[in-house]
Amino acid sequence: MARLILRRLLRAVAALLVVTAVVFTLLHVSGDPAYILLTPEATAEDRATFRSQYGLDRPLWVQYTRYLGRLTQGDFGQSLSFRIPAASVALERLPATLELTLAAMVLAVLVSIPAAVLAAVRRGTLFDRVLMALTLVGQTVPTFWLGMVMILLLAVRFHLFPASGRGSWLHLVMPATALALWLTALLARVTRSEMIEALEQDYVRTARAKGLAERGIAARHALKNALLPIITVMGLQFGGLLGGAVMTETVFAWPGVGTMIFDAILKKDFPVVLAGVVIVAVGFIIVNLLLDLLYTVLDPRLRRA
Amino acid sequence: MVGPGERGEPAGVLMATAPRASGSPQAAGASTSAVEPAAPARPVARGGLAGLAGAGLVILVVALLVAAFADFIAPRGYDDQDLAFALQPPAWAGGTWANPLGTDPLGRDVLSRVIYGARTSLLLALGSVLLAAAVGVTLGLVSGWAGGRVDAVVMSAVEAQLSLPYLLFAIAFMALLGSSITNLVIVLVLRSWVVYAQLVRVSVLSMKTREFVTVAVALGARGSRILFRHIAPNVIAPALVVSSFQLAELIIVESSLGFLGLGVQPPTPSWGSMLSQGREYLGSAWWLVTFPGLAIIVTVLGANLFGDALRDALDPRLRNRSRGARGARGRFRRTLKEIS
Repeated sequence: MARLILRRLLRAVAALLVVTAVVFTLLHVSGDPAYILLTPEATAEDRATFRSQYGLDRPLWVQYTRYLGRLTQGDFGQSLSFRIPAASVALERLPATLELTLAAMVLAVLVSIPAAVLAAVRRGTLFDRVLMALTLVGQTVPTFWLGMVMILLLAVRFHLFPASGRGSWLHLVMPATALALWLTALLARVTRSEMIEALEQDYVRTARAKGLAERGIAARHALKNALLPIITVMGLQFGGLLGGAVMTETVFAWPGVGTMIFDAILKKDFPVVLAGVVIVAVGFIIVNLLLDLLYTVLDPRLRRA
Repeated sequence: MVGPGERGEPAGVLMATAPRASGSPQAAGASTSAVEPAAPARPVARGGLAGLAGAGLVILVVALLVAAFADFIAPRGYDDQDLAFALQPPAWAGGTWANPLGTDPLGRDVLSRVIYGARTSLLLALGSVLLAAAVGVTLGLVSGWAGGRVDAVVMSAVEAQLSLPYLLFAIAFMALLGSSITNLVIVLVLRSWVVYAQLVRVSVLSMKTREFVTVAVALGARGSRILFRHIAPNVIAPALVVSSFQLAELIIVESSLGFLGLGVQPPTPSWGSMLSQGREYLGSAWWLVTFPGLAIIVTVLGANLFGDALRDALDPRLRNRSRGARGARGRFRRTLKEIS
């Protein structure tokens, strides 16, 4: 058990190193700061002084370790447009993104699992077929397009919800729904097929033979066993959800990390873009670590592995 | 996943999940063990399923034809501006048949731009899928066959990439390195090669111990010959299925980047960049976001339908999973397979 946790932790650390290395490489490849930040009139000597001043003449790996060192202190550089540390710009926006992502996740789970369990129990009925057709479409519609159509219909045409911004729970309804759609569709499909398989297992037959109520069997016996793969899928899709959150926020002007990244792209404020990317990536890694650990709690068989 | 009890499945109920996999550390780890042996194949056509595959195929072919012959089909050029006719609504909503789907703020014909957009979006997605398949299949073949250090290197590259949230990485990449076509293709290929590499590697691992390989070895065939003559043909079917899903995925990725202004640059139309421009007129000109969006949805749906049906027809392994593997890990593997 301890070894397993240790291994997961190591993997998370490795993932962090990958994220930072990629970001560092991108920064490095994107251009020589001595040309980007200094005026065109600067002499070659000026540029050389600038490089040595910021350690840009050192070997790459030295620069990378320094960069890592700065990151661990929360130093992502200065925002070019706000003149304050990029990290504080990004962190300020984090709660809004978390709120949206969690709301979407809860919504997706609350809708998809009961619907899919019902579809699995009543396999082949009209309800089942309609649900599966809906999930097929749900996985096809791009999140950001759905968001725009919702604004068009529900905000502009019928004035049901505010079109953008964050505030009351009414503001949350449209972005969360738009973001939740494809996860709902995916979870519904996975849950249904896992349930169908679970319902054919020997323990379900035993439970039926014992005379237990069908409803109890589905909820207590089958669903419990179908849960693990469902959680796996949720974990795998969390990165997609974060990417979707970036798109959704942009559409609804939701003041989260995604909108910030989008605005920063427009202003070419790269330190802020990277701070946003790294912070969200760290969140992704942490969630995956927690999910990994959650499996071992849910499935004792994994503890021995 | 189509469980063992799926025989009589009504038409229109496709169990397989469309791909939306984005990275996670679990993905690479879970694919290290071999695929289950193939179950006996069922008849390919299963009524409704074949019908849906047909529908998906028709959509894809039509979309490709539109993209290929955009010059002949489109009523106008994609950058023919006419400010006197800016923001005309579609023909049935008060506009004229001169611009059936209306015009944009520069008076350009939306229908023509959607048609030319098909060229950009599909060509990029398709080209990237092919490139990713070439890279991924080759690396997967070599990695699975060679094992050892080669395998470790390839697989750690896969795992490293899957530990990043892809879209964010793509955004950072495009924002920093600039939105050129080359960079766009690189980003799209990076999304997909992993899927091919994992899939092919696992297939090779499972085939390495099969009789036909053992026989080939015993007959003195060289490694490269066995790999490319005997093993490679067997991974074509699953790779084809993956390609269909990846095409759908890359169309969405490309349009997402385009929407953020990081894709193809104006005046060249792509569906994503059209949505990005239309967004500013959301309140006044609904047709600017509606039609490119529908084009994306229909094409992606076509690719997903085709992939779903193709998988069921070509690869019974993925449909008919053995009842044997009951362990949690077996379950993980199956679930993973579904979403990749």
